[in-house]
Amino acid sequence: MNFPILSSIIFLPLLGSLFIFLSKSKNNQSVISISLFTSVANFFLCLFLWYSFDRNFVGFQFIEESDWISGLIKFKLGIDGISILFIVLTSFIIPICIISCVNSIKERLNEFLIAILILETFMIGVFCSLDLVVFYLFFEAGLIPMFLIIGVWGGPNRVYSAFKFFLYTLLGSVLMLVAIIAIFWITGTTDVTQIYEIKIPKEFQYLLWLAFFSSFAVKMPMWPVHTWLPDAHVEAPTAGSVILAAILLKMAGYGFLRFSIPMFPVASEYFVPLIYILSITAIIYTSLVALMQDDMKKLIAYSSVAHMGYVTLGIFTFTKQGLEGGIFQMISHGLISAALFLCVGVIYDRLHSRKISTYGGLVNYMPRYSLIFIIFVLAGLGLPGTSGFLGEFLVLVGAFQRNYLVAILASIGVVLGAAYMLWLAKRVIFGETINPEIKKLRDVNFSEGFILFLLAFVTILFGFYPQPLIDTMSVSVNHLINNYQVDLIHHLTIQK
Amino acid sequence: MINNINILIPEIFLALSIFSLVMIGVFIKQSYNLVTKLCLLSLFFTAYLIFSSDNNVAKAFLDSFVRDPYTNFIKILILIASIFVLNSSQMFIKENNIAKFEYPVIIMLAILGMFFMISANDIILFYLGLELQSLSLYILAAIDRDNIQSNESGIKYFVLSALSSGLLLYGCSLLYGFTGSTNFDVISNQLNSENTGAIFAMVFILVGLAFKISAVPFHMWTPDVYQGSPTSVTSFFAIAPKVAGLAVLIRFMQVPFSNIINEWQTIIVFISIASMILGAVAAIGQKNIKRLMAYSSIGHIGYALAGVATGTISGYSSSIVYITIYVVMNIGMFSCIFLMKKDGKYTDQIKDLSGISKKHPILSLSFLIILFSLAGIPPLGGFFAKFYIFMAVIENGMYTLAIIGLLSTVISAFYYLKIIKIIYFDELEKPLDEVKNFNIISTILLSCIILITFFLYPSFLNNIVNFIFI
Repeated sequence: MNFPILSSIIFLPLLGSLFIFLSKSKNNQSVISISLFTSVANFFLCLFLWYSFDRNFVGFQFIEESDWISGLIKFKLGIDGISILFIVLTSFIIPICIISCVNSIKERLNEFLIAILILETFMIGVFCSLDLVVFYLFFEAGLIPMFLIIGVWGGPNRVYSAFKFFLYTLLGSVLMLVAIIAIFWITGTTDVTQIYEIKIPKEFQYLLWLAFFSSFAVKMPMWPVHTWLPDAHVEAPTAGSVILAAILLKMAGYGFLRFSIPMFPVASEYFVPLIYILSITAIIYTSLVALMQDDMKKLIAYSSVAHMGYVTLGIFTFTKQGLEGGIFQMISHGLISAALFLCVGVIYDRLHSRKISTYGGLVNYMPRYSLIFIIFVLAGLGLPGTSGFLGEFLVLVGAFQRNYLVAILASIGVVLGAAYMLWLAKRVIFGETINPEIKKLRDVNFSEGFILFLLAFVTILFGFYPQPLIDTMSVSVNHLINNYQVDLIHHLTIQK
Repeated sequence: MINNINILIPEIFLALSIFSLVMIGVFIKQSYNLVTKLCLLSLFFTAYLIFSSDNNVAKAFLDSFVRDPYTNFIKILILIASIFVLNSSQMFIKENNIAKFEYPVIIMLAILGMFFMISANDIILFYLGLELQSLSLYILAAIDRDNIQSNESGIKYFVLSALSSGLLLYGCSLLYGFTGSTNFDVISNQLNSENTGAIFAMVFILVGLAFKISAVPFHMWTPDVYQGSPTSVTSFFAIAPKVAGLAVLIRFMQVPFSNIINEWQTIIVFISIASMILGAVAAIGQKNIKRLMAYSSIGHIGYALAGVATGTISGYSSSIVYITIYVVMNIGMFSCIFLMKKDGKYTDQIKDLSGISKKHPILSLSFLIILFSLAGIPPLGGFFAKFYIFMAVIENGMYTLAIIGLLSTVISAFYYLKIIKIIYFDELEKPLDEVKNFNIISTILLSCIILITFFLYPSFLNNIVNFIFI
């Protein structure tokens, strides 16, 4: 395959943003059409990529390689069954964000769209890169547009949130940079596929794993470094929250799968208890915190932390079910949390309040909205038939194989999840209408309805028919587990 | 004795043009414009002379003057940086009544001093070059005669710098006493770690050099001088003397002190860490953008010194790459500062930038790019500068230095972000004046384009710099 499809997918949004920048159009309509066209075209390119992806092939496909830093580091791109899903997810979410901007972003729209398109470039770049330095480049670069999105278009406390987001993430990542450079001098390369084969000596693995962990744990976010997330979510504009929840958080989970586990198997096995403790704490503690929130976005943000707890738990079971469940949970959380933030955005645009107490009895005045909202609330608590169920279920199946106690504690989180989600629905959608302004609210308009319906359709589709996702990732997940076990045995025999 | 005099042709040409420009300035009234243009022209021609000269190692004047690819690269870097600084600061100079013909002439004298300093292979020539440079800089700092701040900064710079020159000279005499020669090559052969007196000399020389590049703990003069001098002078201070000072420091470490690496390494590691941390922490509270840039430059010198601290060729070349990218960023930054004009007056208060992104989108975007690059966020040029430094540092197993350095980038990111916050997040109070100046805008544009597109071919600089160390 000679056509550099991965590079085109990465740089097409950048091209679109450059076009908007140069056109200097003040006309919002034309700016939106340009960006929408770019991102939809990119989505179709990604679908084509998914279609031509060989799911029985072990290893990386569509590899592109070019010399980058004078013979030392190559600009290497490539995908496997895991990354393709995240790429498609990213390119699916971005057009939805752009459509949602029409209603929510009132000023400096073209700059906002430029930021979103640049962010798309960086996010897809993260999922495509097969070189640690290239990965770091894209991983960190995403901070710049997100910082601006929160800071310029955010809520009243946006400055604090933007700074917290930026500095937390940067602090975590610089240690990863040290580790990346250290890996370069230990193995002589930063090419991921080569590092897989070289096998990093055991004594280095623990520190390197911790350095990567410090970055991913902040990004994931894992308890106790999750505090930036509720702030960032609350203050970010709707589209920003959607991207943050749907894609940015997934970079960390992807990082664990792509880097931590295959490169440092011994350390990964060694630190499993740490991950379990943090995940369980995240699941139970943040669910309890979510129960007590009066701010809808904050509630969803805390629920994200809890859901990410399932992801880390699933990934670090190293069982087929656990890993597939973790990945599935990431994809489904990407869809559901995006939809929930969009739902909050819909009523926020009308009443400019995120407080749960402002609302109540919406079902009488916004029936269509209420229906969609309930669907996503149910998906969020993991009702069978929605994609939310399958991820949690598979994770728990995986966890039961490793450790009963952990699995039981994680199951408690499912109950708590149902509690805060249903209570949210009860207070917002049902109940008495106290606020008189609610009576004047109009129901979802066409564009809002369209994107929410689209998300609902996909959520339910994957709830009933998860096969496309599972099939795509299955070979890569098997490969990951096999390699992991082989590596572990290899290191153990060296020890003896 | 005057064999090989042809290797001095660029310096001779520069000196001759300085003399003739002085004459022009004396005999033609109001000749600032003319002299500046001729000055730019002669700097350009000097750069051409260096560029077209051979690249082999050659020495002259009893081996006291050396020309090799390393000196040529640094000289061209200084010349290009000075051309851009002079070019973009013309408007500022004219509007602040410091448009005297002496201004470009003194800058040229400083450059000439730097040239001799860089090319020196002998302590005496090194000291002469250094003093020519320093004296020119004192005058430049105080060039705005009627401005009390400018005078203050000139005096302050002079007194403190003279002290450090004294220390340096003392170190030089000690070095001569303990090694019996003033020639770098001979000193290099004579020096070893048993020669305690010479190690003392090394410490004194290092102190003097650290003062010139404003590394902590010899940085006290920097913020005051940066703030007090006219902005056009500050922009020159932030660039050319730093490059020259670092280049000489590397030369010293590489030639005369190459045998006592264990002795100086600890010192450099310490001042590197101290500069990085102080540069990051002290800048947080600043309200004046020139003062902030002073602390930022202290921090950046700390990173460049981290490369020097490795004591290897890869470390030195990473430092040179770092300082080159630093020059690009600073030229852009100061050009942006030249555009900070409110109600016809130049301002250097950061709060005057508040909310300008609504009225000046292009200027704000340039600030954004340059500041993120200074903070070292990928994919901008500043990231690669730091990346190469830490590649070299970690290659030599200096993990502590790398981790402290990278953590201090997080702290320093905070104050860069603060400026971005003021520009982008705050409410617009009063827009800046519309300034349409082709020189400044093209400089900013060029610097931003270099920083943005650096990631496409990041080894471009490395390939050149690796070549100069062979």
